[in-house]
Amino acid sequence: MTPFVADVLIPVGKIVAVILYPMIMVVVMIWLERRVVALMQGRLGPNRVGFQGVLQPVADAVKLFFKEDIIQRQADRFLFNISPVLVMFSSLLAFCFIPLGEPLRFGTYTLTLWIAESPVGLLIVLGLSTISVFGVIFGGWASNSKYPLMGALRSVIQILSYEIPTGLTVLTVAFVARSMDLVEIVRRQESSGVWYGFLMPVSFVVFWISAVAETNRAPFDLPEAESELVAGYHTEYSGMKFAYFYMAEYAHMVLVSSLVVILFFGGWLPPFPGVTALRFLHAVPGFVWYLVKIMFFLYLYVWIRATFPRYRFDSLIRLVWKWLIPLSLANFLIVALVRYLL
Amino acid sequence: MAFREIDLNMGPQHPSTHGVLRLKLAVDNEVVLRVEPVLGYLHRGMEKLWESLTYTQVVPLTDRLDYLASLSNNLAYCLAVEKLAGIEVPKRAQYIRVVLAELQRLASHLAWTGFMANDIGAMSVLLYGFEAREDILDVFEEYCGARLTVHGIRIGGAVRDLDAPLIARIRTVLERIPKRLADIRALLDENRIWKERTVGIGRISAADAIDYGLTGPPLRASGVAWDMRRDIPYSSYGDFDFEVPLGANGDVYDRYLVRLEEICQSIRIVGQALDGLPDGDCAARVPRILRIPPGEAFHTIESPKGVLGFTIRSNGSDKPERVKMKSPSFINLQSLEHMCKGNLFSDVVGILGSLDIVLGEIDK
Repeated sequence: MTPFVADVLIPVGKIVAVILYPMIMVVVMIWLERRVVALMQGRLGPNRVGFQGVLQPVADAVKLFFKEDIIQRQADRFLFNISPVLVMFSSLLAFCFIPLGEPLRFGTYTLTLWIAESPVGLLIVLGLSTISVFGVIFGGWASNSKYPLMGALRSVIQILSYEIPTGLTVLTVAFVARSMDLVEIVRRQESSGVWYGFLMPVSFVVFWISAVAETNRAPFDLPEAESELVAGYHTEYSGMKFAYFYMAEYAHMVLVSSLVVILFFGGWLPPFPGVTALRFLHAVPGFVWYLVKIMFFLYLYVWIRATFPRYRFDSLIRLVWKWLIPLSLANFLIVALVRYLL
Repeated sequence: MAFREIDLNMGPQHPSTHGVLRLKLAVDNEVVLRVEPVLGYLHRGMEKLWESLTYTQVVPLTDRLDYLASLSNNLAYCLAVEKLAGIEVPKRAQYIRVVLAELQRLASHLAWTGFMANDIGAMSVLLYGFEAREDILDVFEEYCGARLTVHGIRIGGAVRDLDAPLIARIRTVLERIPKRLADIRALLDENRIWKERTVGIGRISAADAIDYGLTGPPLRASGVAWDMRRDIPYSSYGDFDFEVPLGANGDVYDRYLVRLEEICQSIRIVGQALDGLPDGDCAARVPRILRIPPGEAFHTIESPKGVLGFTIRSNGSDKPERVKMKSPSFINLQSLEHMCKGNLFSDVVGILGSLDIVLGEIDK
């Protein structure tokens, strides 16, 4: 393999892929959500554009491209413009650290299915996804309008509160795997033969609830509760800037689902590694398993949204401070103790 | 964090003001201090308009008042005119009116359940409620061709007779509703989030409810047993056996339960009315141009929203001199501030939803 291919073409290809892959997932997710929610509610949903309406998100994006981009006079133009970019950037950049599968071997060359592997990949991903909070508060503040401001305040309180149980549960995984490297965590699940979701169900449940809350999704979608705050922090946005917020939310969901799969459900590993009768499952490429698992969690997002009413803000905060944080602290202690003794 | 008291303008363009209501809110860090409803964005000058129309021409315009329960408006207006003109409505027509009015109550309450749940964020229930309502609208369509602004009741009786196929259809529709109601209740009744958002929210005591003149399901949710259909029966309601469901706490959850129970009672009433449908005409003979001797009459009915009344004054010509409407939504809206004070901003939406207001009726 020539150095040109190895050092230039493949990295560039990966960079394109890491931008395209979340975008494609976002498009699929938007379509899936609208169709699945529609079917759960006894209606049809978008089914006209393309086969079964799969091109509907594309049509929506085209519409948003041509919309007038409104910046109201009282807005802070710099912050107003930068916040959608910040939100989008933070969720896209985190995908660099997400491993999609086992490295592929072509002769002497090994193609890794991730851009960067870092010994603290887990921390970087969590940190990056929290940067989106700046985008949200800048957006809400810069709009200089009351509903966005209230939405942004709620959002900041919510995301920061739910960071705590997330961090504590992620630490339990790091303890058990003795690594913060996302690739290494999956490898450890392979060698130990059990996925951490089954080993530590409490960690998984707490992480999942916090993850739903951090992505501002129903039933925790208070920052953009349409029946109260119109559209929350992005009320004043239109056109592509609104689309950025919208896509970033979905990209964030894909990111969080990826994290759940990697941390708790064995990433690209096929299920039941110990059962010899199910060996044939290994014939399916790891990437496919990974996608199937992600889709399951994305479906769960949609399912939850179609089922539950919205929390009120005070009970949402009560839930995290009175239940999730004590629970995750206790869980953290138990896991640490067990890990120390074994 | 020290917060100044801020004024928040909710509406007239807002997703959950149920039309074009504008609320001027004063909030202190999400706690509501004052609520001031600002009305008039849908004012069409209905009452003045009616003075230039004949008695018969007014009826279809009453559809546009409470557009979720147009038949109830028809009924209230027609009963007032009949009282003024001394028109005797045939027994069969009265029963048909009861069937129509109760179907309308079902449709209105089912739509309310959906709106209310949507305000609190349970999006699916909105669609379940509307799916159930759809069946009833189909019945209206078969009956008189319209679905929303149903003009099914006229002075002297009903637009047309109920024939056997339509009666059979109404019965199948009624059989389907309990199943759908059960779906909705399974999603909401014992749901922790739903109860957190509704139990103890927007409370009003029975005494306060009476002082504010609250009517309809919100009044009964406070434990005041007052239902026009039972207490001052009109249109043969005295013939039917039904219960008036009551709440105890007067909060949003009780209003929800009262309305759901009223749906079950309405199904009972329609069933009884269809079983006991007497023979006869579906309308009295009323001259096309009705001239009513000078006088004044007031008649109230129990509409899905509450006590709906019409005062009509006649000066002997073919047009009413003055028509005044006592609309339940308008009266119920008065108590909004009392219910919202001290609650969180998020609850204003739920409390407003629980009152079941329709702006067409408030602004006239």
